[in-house]
Amino acid sequence: MSSILVSNIEVVPGKRVKSHLGLVQGSTVRSKHAGKDILAGLKNIVGGELTAYTELMQEAREEATERMIEQARSIGANGVLNVRYATTAVTQGAAEILAYGTAVVLE
Amino acid sequence: MELLFQYFEIVLTLILLAVGFFAGRFLEARHYASIRAREKQYRKILAFSARYPPNMVEPQDTRLVCGTVVISSDYFKQFVAGLRNFIGGRFRSYESLFDRARREAILRMKMDAHKNGYALIINVKFVSTSIGGNVTGQQGMPCFEICAYGTAMRPQKARFPDKLTD
Repeated sequence: MSSILVSNIEVVPGKRVKSHLGLVQGSTVRSKHAGKDILAGLKNIVGGELTAYTELMQEAREEATERMIEQARSIGANGVLNVRYATTAVTQGAAEILAYGTAVVLE
Repeated sequence: MELLFQYFEIVLTLILLAVGFFAGRFLEARHYASIRAREKQYRKILAFSARYPPNMVEPQDTRLVCGTVVISSDYFKQFVAGLRNFIGGRFRSYESLFDRARREAILRMKMDAHKNGYALIINVKFVSTSIGGNVTGQQGMPCFEICAYGTAMRPQKARFPDKLTD
């Protein structure tokens, strides 16, 4: 795990923001694959959670966060504050996951 | 032959409806039971949508936690919703689906926090995506992802009033 502090509140308790480095973001576009789609199609008859997709989305979100952290690190930040997630459906069956936040240098 | 084919389709639909209805109901009841049990279990982990921690808490270290769930409707619910579309009003069958998904997402977020030893989550937000259909653009079953995320913190026990600590 990185030493960069990631949080979705605007202040870090007990620490002062030394400088603001602006917005950083990371995104990934993921699509489900046919094999999972067929299994999910069967699962659709009875409804409920689609575990394979949950894992997929979880992975995608982690990747987006990781890319955002990477960008923050490259501009010399040691914290990302006010992180938000946003998602867009690109086509049916594929989604873009975006993580963005403010890169800061903390004391 | 044509007639037989049509007949077969109707029978298949009825079977799928019956399976969707009974299995869907059973799974939903089981899921609700599990949600209620885990909500009780993780009651001590507090989650707030407030942007700042409560006054009594002096937060120590913070971390982003997240809980994700992908849920789909069953065949019966989709059928009922299709009928519902004609007259409008409440989609009762889908309401429970969203309720389950959101509660499950919150629970998973709490579990993530608990696993790492955090006791409080603030600034909780929801984000959701529809991932129904497939890449060829075919309309599929309604299927969506719900994610709950927030900032977990480890409050100092000393700052709690005595009666709240155990």
